[in-house]
Amino acid sequence: MNSAFTREINSILSDFSQERGNLIPILQHVQEKFGYLPEEAIQAIADFLHVSSSTVYSVSTFYTQFKLTPLGEEVVKICRGTACHVRGGPTLQRDIERRLSIKPGETTKDMKYSLETVACVGACALAPVMIVNNRVYGKMTPKKVAELFNGKN
Amino acid sequence: MAKIKTSKLSAGQRTVFLCHGTGCVSNEAFAIRKAFEKSIERLQLTDIKVDFTGCHGFCEQGPIVFVQPEGIFYAHVSLDDVEEIVYSHFRDNKPLERLMYKDPSSSEIVPYFKDINFYKKQRHIVLRNCGRINPERIEDYIATDGYQALQKVLFSMTPHQVIDEVKISGLRGRGGAGFPTATKWQFCHDAPSDKKYLICNADEGDPGAFMDRSMMEGDPHSVIEGMAIAAYATGATEGYIYIRAEYPLAVNRTKFAIKEAEERGFLGKNILGSDFSLKIHIKEGAGAFVCGEETALIASIEGRRGMPSSRPPFPTQSGLWGKPTNINNVKTLATVPLIILHGGKSYSQTGTEKNRGTSIFALTGKINCMGLVEVPMGTKLADIIFDIGGGIPNGKKLKAVQTGGPSGGCLPANMINLPVEYEAFANAGSIMGSGGMVVMDEDTCMVDVARFFISFTQSESCGKCVPCRLGTKQMLNILENICQGRGNITDIDLLQNLAQSIKVSSLCGLGQTAPNPVLTTLSYFRDEYEEHINDRRCRAAVCTGLVTYSIIAEKCPGCGLCIRECPVQAVTSSGKKKPVILDQSKCTKCGACFNICRLGAIAVK
Repeated sequence: MNSAFTREINSILSDFSQERGNLIPILQHVQEKFGYLPEEAIQAIADFLHVSSSTVYSVSTFYTQFKLTPLGEEVVKICRGTACHVRGGPTLQRDIERRLSIKPGETTKDMKYSLETVACVGACALAPVMIVNNRVYGKMTPKKVAELFNGKN
Repeated sequence: MAKIKTSKLSAGQRTVFLCHGTGCVSNEAFAIRKAFEKSIERLQLTDIKVDFTGCHGFCEQGPIVFVQPEGIFYAHVSLDDVEEIVYSHFRDNKPLERLMYKDPSSSEIVPYFKDINFYKKQRHIVLRNCGRINPERIEDYIATDGYQALQKVLFSMTPHQVIDEVKISGLRGRGGAGFPTATKWQFCHDAPSDKKYLICNADEGDPGAFMDRSMMEGDPHSVIEGMAIAAYATGATEGYIYIRAEYPLAVNRTKFAIKEAEERGFLGKNILGSDFSLKIHIKEGAGAFVCGEETALIASIEGRRGMPSSRPPFPTQSGLWGKPTNINNVKTLATVPLIILHGGKSYSQTGTEKNRGTSIFALTGKINCMGLVEVPMGTKLADIIFDIGGGIPNGKKLKAVQTGGPSGGCLPANMINLPVEYEAFANAGSIMGSGGMVVMDEDTCMVDVARFFISFTQSESCGKCVPCRLGTKQMLNILENICQGRGNITDIDLLQNLAQSIKVSSLCGLGQTAPNPVLTTLSYFRDEYEEHINDRRCRAAVCTGLVTYSIIAEKCPGCGLCIRECPVQAVTSSGKKKPVILDQSKCTKCGACFNICRLGAIAVK
């Protein structure tokens, strides 16, 4: 573990008291900082909260928000809410899977894109919806997807 | 007794309100507000103010611009439209017709907010402030009688009186199960303990629902005031708002509102100079649907895996950190200040005998006007879908209404005279749920909808109990087979048996209600299952394994519209004015060509 990394982890931990209830907020802050939960961070959090690293691991694998591997530069999330589903969400998902040649939960080899699905972002009136790096794109059609990706490359 | 300083809302001053809910914000509403400010400043229209509100509930029309006091409503405003609105509406006093709302059924222009059918036929009680006040300015909330109810409770009512008032109102939990709120409060109040907690459940995990998001974005103070009153009544001194991390705007507004309330003495130690203290924390959910269940939610706040535990003991006896804990939904809490201020009796005037007050739905799917809808309990589904929602788009027919999210069911079109009531929905095999209402037309495959919900609950099952963990997986396998044309007629009975076993033997609400979408589609749309199995046909052309697209040569003039639309270049030209060619090996069955063709030259089987 290099010292810059340790410093960053410690700086996050210093905002919290050593209570078990802080585990999830700590994981959220670490992920916010690094984009995922590095293995060393899990050990550091376990030491800080006086719990075993397997406890931290079990919590971080339970919640879909937490990632144990780094994500690509652009994180594409497809909403799989009901409103999106009946308004063409599955087609949108197939289209993007084909375009990026990855399935949800995967990252392209060049680390450019990660694909995820999200339960619902609550923008149902704009269905079908996709999110690229926290920006919401609504009322997607195959054509709009093409424009979005071709415009980027 | 401390007196709350009140100020009037800036009535009379001409104000341009930008809707800053998630829907509008995702369409550049922040930038549009900046553009208004700049443009108005440049023209030195000093008497015109630019401000923002939370979600208007009519997200589909966003970005929404609302001009007060005249009440003019502009829809789909883009950055390029700002100058035109400012010049026309404010400099020349000619409201801009081009951007006014058009009624989807009559195509008429409706200039005024108050005349729009979508709003006119609703009854905003709980949503009274959403879209009307600035959610990031506590003064706005105070000016609409905000925190008056808290003051009344602290200085003139005992906890018993508060619970009695809520009892008179007949308020039932708006999270979905409809448990009487006063009874829950009484349980928590009666539990002996030196420390009690209050939790506001804003973990709105139902796909297709955004009521709680809109409340927290549009009027966070009414929820906070409701929490303070509930805490006073139950004896809680510490509260949590458990809110989805997927709602960043709502999280930030709520954090800000708590800070403002603390600064004004509505939260914290010795609230308004009384003996009562309450500290509220925010916990962001980490993306687990099951955490909407009370015991799982508690586990998550405690920093554990969000797995439910068996009840009893109920959280009101032994909840967070083993202490008595009262958990209420966002909408339940937001209703409380109104009940205290105007009396339980006044609240109970709305609605029906067993279902008092109003209910809030997120109306989405295949419907003309999508958005947030508040109606008195007892309103017929048909009134919501046709009067408020403006009916089904593109001349299609209504097929089903899905309520209650993955725990609910699909009600067929012939049941749309059903009133919005907990019991009526339950008798029909669905549930009221938290308020998701997804409208489905004839292009929706009901078998696919059942498969969709089971795939959701299967992936969200926490894995603790066997019936839910393995049962939903088996149901999903069967449904996938049927959707891909590999179904067997005995599968229907098997599904039914599995569904019943999962319902009776699962540990928590997630598993107990997971089979509902399958059971309701089986009882109301059995013919579609049989068609998938016996005829290998999906009438809605949704199940890709059962669908083929082809070109009807005699109808195709080779206009090329579909060639440009196809995302995989499966459609190619065969020469000028000749029918196009569809390469089946490339076709991904996305339906883009079918949707764009206006000549009916593409067949789907």
